[in-house]
Amino acid sequence: MAEPTLLPISIEGVSFVAGGRRVLDGVAALIATPGITAIIGANGAGKSVLLRLIDGLIAPHAGAIRFGGRDSATVRRGFVFQTTALLRASVARNVALALAPLALARAERARRVDTALFRVGLASRAQDSARRLSGGERQRLGLARAWVIEPELLLLDEPTASLDPGATEEVERLVRAMADAGAKVIIVSHNLAQVARLAEDVLVLSRGRVVEHGSVQQVLRHPADAETRAYLQGELPWMPHAAGS
Amino acid sequence: MFATFADAVILLGSLDPAVIATAWLSLRVSLAAVGVGCLIAIPLGALIGVARFPGRQAAIVVLNALMGLPAVVVGLLVYLTFSRSGPLGFLGLLFTPGVMIVAQTVLITPLIAALTRQIVEDADAEFGEQLRSLRLRPLQRVGALIFNVRFSLVVAVLAAFGRAIAEVGAVLVVGGNIAGFTRTMTTAISLETQKGDLPLALALGIALMAIVLLVNAFAAGIREFAARRHG
Amino acid sequence: MDAPRRWILSALVALLPTLQAFAQMSITVASTTSTEQSGLFDHLLPAFTTATGIAVKIVALGTGQALDIARRGDADVVFVHDEPAEEKFVADGFGVKRVEVMFNDFVLIGPKADPAKAAGVDVLEALRRIATGKATFVSRGDRSGTHAAELRYWKQARVDLAATRSDWYREIGQGMGPALNIASASDAYVLADRGTWLAFKNRGALDILVEGDALLLNQYGVILVNPQRHAHVKAEAGQVFIDWLVSQAGQRTIADYKIGGRQLFFPNAAPTITAPASPRPAG
Repeated sequence: MAEPTLLPISIEGVSFVAGGRRVLDGVAALIATPGITAIIGANGAGKSVLLRLIDGLIAPHAGAIRFGGRDSATVRRGFVFQTTALLRASVARNVALALAPLALARAERARRVDTALFRVGLASRAQDSARRLSGGERQRLGLARAWVIEPELLLLDEPTASLDPGATEEVERLVRAMADAGAKVIIVSHNLAQVARLAEDVLVLSRGRVVEHGSVQQVLRHPADAETRAYLQGELPWMPHAAGS
Repeated sequence: MFATFADAVILLGSLDPAVIATAWLSLRVSLAAVGVGCLIAIPLGALIGVARFPGRQAAIVVLNALMGLPAVVVGLLVYLTFSRSGPLGFLGLLFTPGVMIVAQTVLITPLIAALTRQIVEDADAEFGEQLRSLRLRPLQRVGALIFNVRFSLVVAVLAAFGRAIAEVGAVLVVGGNIAGFTRTMTTAISLETQKGDLPLALALGIALMAIVLLVNAFAAGIREFAARRHG
Repeated sequence: MDAPRRWILSALVALLPTLQAFAQMSITVASTTSTEQSGLFDHLLPAFTTATGIAVKIVALGTGQALDIARRGDADVVFVHDEPAEEKFVADGFGVKRVEVMFNDFVLIGPKADPAKAAGVDVLEALRRIATGKATFVSRGDRSGTHAAELRYWKQARVDLAATRSDWYREIGQGMGPALNIASASDAYVLADRGTWLAFKNRGALDILVEGDALLLNQYGVILVNPQRHAHVKAEAGQVFIDWLVSQAGQRTIADYKIGGRQLFFPNAAPTITAPASPRPAG
């Protein structure tokens, strides 16, 4: 996959209003590092909305998001949801759906689908009915849908929230593989152990604003911001009080 | 009542060729109407289900209301349109099976469209965001939604078929109930009831219900087959 | 074959009979439900088609409706039984000429128990007794020839329906068959044409109470729809039909129609000199 020339991703004064409420209020951040960035924060902080804005599923009411020197429309993006929606069709057909906008020849399409299924470990289930997949397999299908278009940007919204530890590990392994292959990954997660395992870079949102942004070491162990500290303690009450800071 | 029923069953056994011709007319008029209706109504309903445009709510209300169109009213409107004194009279379609197909199509298209709209809209609420994230073009999105809800749509289509083959008001007015030409099962039942030949009317009624049952069984069989292939 | 193609094929197959119809010459005749339900057409039309090669499509409605659709040009010929309405139809320019064909008669039907004592007297007296006794009476109320005749009899009997009407007089707005059905179910009196009565199977406790009164004669007329009013009317073939009805062959066929040995319709067309030539369509 191509070198991520979409970096740095510049989020400039982004605001988003929904239901009369300012979900995001003047969010500004610069994501410059390749690899995996995690977005964490309490519920209602606006994490999922920010992720969708970066994907382009919704448009901001104020501000803009830029991708290096690139035109946003040319960036190949994949999005994995918490529960991957499945068509009443075979696994292969479900993955092929992602290739529909590309209008490829049938042989090329089949080749790409096979490759993607192989990478996520679902090759043996290709002709099975997608509805019979387990939770973990379902999320791997979601990853296959992303992988099949060879994305430069991979966005994941709590992809393992409903999975058991074994399935979670499989999904994480695949996310890591995609990052290693050159995709820029941004993942929203409540699972701080997962964040610690996967991410290099952490963005903390609270009530619609960025309150902290730094390396995973720094944010999780020595958070500078009080709200971050409160959140971390809420999530990990057994961790010792972060030393003063 | 029992005696009438017994007479009816005996009559059924004889499989009169006139009855078979009548049944065949009912079947092909209603099937054709359903066919044309689907071609118009499924895309229309799906479009209203996923698109957002000014007046959408009003369109939905009108569409739902049209499901309750009385068959006689449809018959009357189609009659006035295709009458020789009407705008489409030059086609000479009045009192032919062709205009009966038109009338039944008018009758059931709103039904199919309204049901499709709700089914597709619900599916869009469930899948729509993920389909949009795949950057599918609007037509591809609608196509994927329709593909996904195809079994629910089959039920909607069966409902429309039932409404078409069971109605008598529209085909009577536009077809004229001409013996051997535009007489359907329902208009024949109506006529025989009026003539007081109740066993015959009942026999025709039972035959009609058997046909509808067969069509539904056929659709269920197709569904089973498709479900087993894809789930 | 996938679904859309299957549907299109079905639609085309359904249209085939329409195409077939154009191959054989046919005319549309607007007539009345009572005439059709008597079974006359099943007997009469095959003879006509054999003789002339012209098929006849009968659209059976009430007399009023039959004249209406003819006014709109949706039929080639009308064959009904309401002389005043027919004369007006011709006078208004919608029909070419009224030709008398046959007559049958009306009969007053009622419950065998006959609470109003209507049996055995002339029809006007019978109606008076029904009105006085407030016995249940079913009226077609549908602008048919039978309904028009019924209203004439009430008027001649000097019964003012508007003044005396209450729930013994039931206007149902439907044809002869439903009228008889309802009368049978409610043990009511009803004016019917003999043809429909003889063919009617659901009699219950009803029977003929008054018949043979000269007033009860019901005259049928046939009219060609005016081709100057509606250019597409099949005037030639329609005229062949009319000519055949009044010809010796047609009149004899009408007289031959019997139910249970009883003749239903009595031909009374003005005599013609010769039977008309019947054109056969080429090929």
